[in-house]
Amino acid sequence: MATSASAYENDIKNLKATELTLGLPGTHLQQNVPIIDQEKSSASSSSNKRPLQLSHEETSPAQDCGSKCSNIAKNTDDDAAPPPSKAKIVGWPPIRSYRKNSLQEQSEAAGGIYVKVSMDGAPYLRKIDLKIYGGYPQLLKALENMFKLTIGEYSEKEGYKGSDYAPTYEDKDGDWMLVGDVPWDMFVTSCKRLRIMKGSEARGLGCAV
Amino acid sequence: MTHSGSSLPDLPNCTSTAAPMSEIRSPPPDRVLEIVLENVLHFLTCRRDRNAASLVCRSWCRAEALTRSDLFIGNCYAVSPHRATSRFRRVRSLTVKGKPRFADFDLLPLNWGAHFSPWGSALADAYPWLEKLHLKRMSLTDDDLNLIARSFPSFKELVLVCCEGFGIAGIAAVAANCRLLRVLDLVESVVEDADEDEEVMDWISCFPDGETHLESLVFECVECPVNFEALERLVARSPYLKKLRLNHYVSIPQLYRLMHRAPQLTHLGTGSFCASDDVAVGDQELDYSSAFAACKSLVCLSGFRDILPDYLPAIYPACANLTSLNLSYADVNADQLKPVILQCHKLQTLWVLDSICDEGLQAVAATCKDLRELRVFPGNTREEAEGPVSEVGLEVISQGCRKLQSILFFCQRMTNAAVIAMSKNCPDLVVFRLCIIGRYRPDPETHEPMDDGFGAIVMNCKKLTRLAVSGLLTDQAFRYIGMYGKLLRTLSVAFAGDSDQGLKYVLEGCPNLQKLEIRDSPFGDAALHSGLHHFYNMRFLWMSTCKLTRQGCQEIARALPHLALEVIDSQEDKADDHIEILYMYRSLDRPRNDAPKCVTILQ
Repeated sequence: MATSASAYENDIKNLKATELTLGLPGTHLQQNVPIIDQEKSSASSSSNKRPLQLSHEETSPAQDCGSKCSNIAKNTDDDAAPPPSKAKIVGWPPIRSYRKNSLQEQSEAAGGIYVKVSMDGAPYLRKIDLKIYGGYPQLLKALENMFKLTIGEYSEKEGYKGSDYAPTYEDKDGDWMLVGDVPWDMFVTSCKRLRIMKGSEARGLGCAV
Repeated sequence: MTHSGSSLPDLPNCTSTAAPMSEIRSPPPDRVLEIVLENVLHFLTCRRDRNAASLVCRSWCRAEALTRSDLFIGNCYAVSPHRATSRFRRVRSLTVKGKPRFADFDLLPLNWGAHFSPWGSALADAYPWLEKLHLKRMSLTDDDLNLIARSFPSFKELVLVCCEGFGIAGIAAVAANCRLLRVLDLVESVVEDADEDEEVMDWISCFPDGETHLESLVFECVECPVNFEALERLVARSPYLKKLRLNHYVSIPQLYRLMHRAPQLTHLGTGSFCASDDVAVGDQELDYSSAFAACKSLVCLSGFRDILPDYLPAIYPACANLTSLNLSYADVNADQLKPVILQCHKLQTLWVLDSICDEGLQAVAATCKDLRELRVFPGNTREEAEGPVSEVGLEVISQGCRKLQSILFFCQRMTNAAVIAMSKNCPDLVVFRLCIIGRYRPDPETHEPMDDGFGAIVMNCKKLTRLAVSGLLTDQAFRYIGMYGKLLRTLSVAFAGDSDQGLKYVLEGCPNLQKLEIRDSPFGDAALHSGLHHFYNMRFLWMSTCKLTRQGCQEIARALPHLALEVIDSQEDKADDHIEILYMYRSLDRPRNDAPKCVTILQ
């Protein structure tokens, strides 16, 4: 199926993100194009009906979709179905979370790893699929887009400098860790949920013991 | 209760000159007619009839209020608990619904509201004789459940659907204290996870010893292990138990034991339907089908949460009698499902995953001639080009299941032709909900919008009261809905329409519309304005990610003082006046004061 083929190619391209290097995570950000944008660029050539806001859909419920919606509605001559979407639209399709959570077990078998993301002070919980990110840079960028904030640069000693926010996660042992402390693959398999901490609590976590 | 000023004609045989009857006092003449009325009104059960009766005159209103024992509150914020309990003095059964349905899909912020506590305290004061409580999409705490458990000595029935905020401790309190409990149904509710450190409370053991009155015990959604020995003992001492729905921590060998304890069961939720981890496959396998043969009264099967498909044939002995089958959590393929379906001749309700495929739906169409309700859920929620079910399956069902009344169908592709066929083959349709997962998808064969399909549904299905639309839709679809959807009460719209005109068609054309939920569609202030004449007749209107502005909503609020307009915005500083969510409902009382920061209630 087209989905898995392009996903596989994307994984190969993004393997670089999981390589252990001496550089700080994020220094090769310019070279790696996040998966979402890659799909968008390949999609736009084959389908002009795909909603433009797709890649930002999960970041902001407040869309001015008026003009976009009417533009799309007029493209009735397109017969190629839009390519499979990897970005998740909040609340779509309309299935109760209870049922979706049961399905997650099946999609986990199919390769998705869903974790809840909360941010201190934000009214919504989100769910993201860790499998669609090749590494920390993409994950952090997605979180920044999702919650409209800057997370800053990671350093082993000082945590996330330059912002009030620190992304943290709860691992399988129940401990709260700073995102970025462990290699990406280990993170993906051990992360149970994410929490973006704000303020002094966040800064406190950054200091290595 | 004060009497109205009207005088009633003197009735014969009601004067005080009758022979003295010291025990039985004749009622005063102006109360006689009311007492007669109250006796007659006792026979009215339908709440719409009661509402009509209460509008006749004041004495009818009083009499009706005194005799209404089942109270239904469709929106917990439409009326204050105090107002409700002041008018209806003798309520024994109460239903309260809280959050709008789109809360199920994470579109409503956390802590939005629908707190049960104010209702709880009002009920404890006003109705100590309360027997039944049904709550849907309400937020209730362990303290609330404790209050329920201790305030109503005659309490018999607790049903919680899509509720959250409580944990095992609350359930345990109900089990322990409600000695006359007949029904404890926890349906698709979120039961708070216990802290990792704390031991999970054993709520099953909290039921008192001795024979219980339990008729229904449903706890599929309780996400923690149960004490099986205690559960088995409970089932053994519950001779009236007819409905039992287990959570996925109950394994199939455990289910076997329970079924043999309760052969009188009519409704069974089978739990995990697979072996527990510590049983090696190939160990002495029990004859599970004997359990299904023993339960001769089974009419409804559900559960199958972690099903091992090899075990599915165990249910064969029950198939011939089944009227309801829910396999929507079971990831089984068409080949595994078909042998089951082919035996279910009496089936009226079927819920499945789309893993049934079009060919499985063919088997349904061939066998289940009595089918009234079908729901096909998606196994994969991503927008794909193709999926396991399609227009082929829908058309085949429409040809085989002519008595179909309600359908919910998730798919990746659908044609107008198939929808039109269903509109003609299934004239009894009351509920038609089609969800094409790919947004803005046109008919893949004709490349047209899906307007004609949905148009045919509203035109041909004369009994239709609930409709959910999807796919590529222009204003024309809404024109059809406005023209033909005269009985429509509930309409769900997502990613559809071209302009304000679409919504105008609906608001101007559908006189019975009560619940309207719209997301991501280009309808703005002018469209909203066209519904002013109708909003007081509606239970609610939801519009999210549309083109509404705060200004536009403010005008509606000014025009209709008994309308609560909740503007919900997760972002604080907005560049423009556009709002994220409008949730609007009629309300007899002051705006609520329990809303979180992101909610502004316009006046």
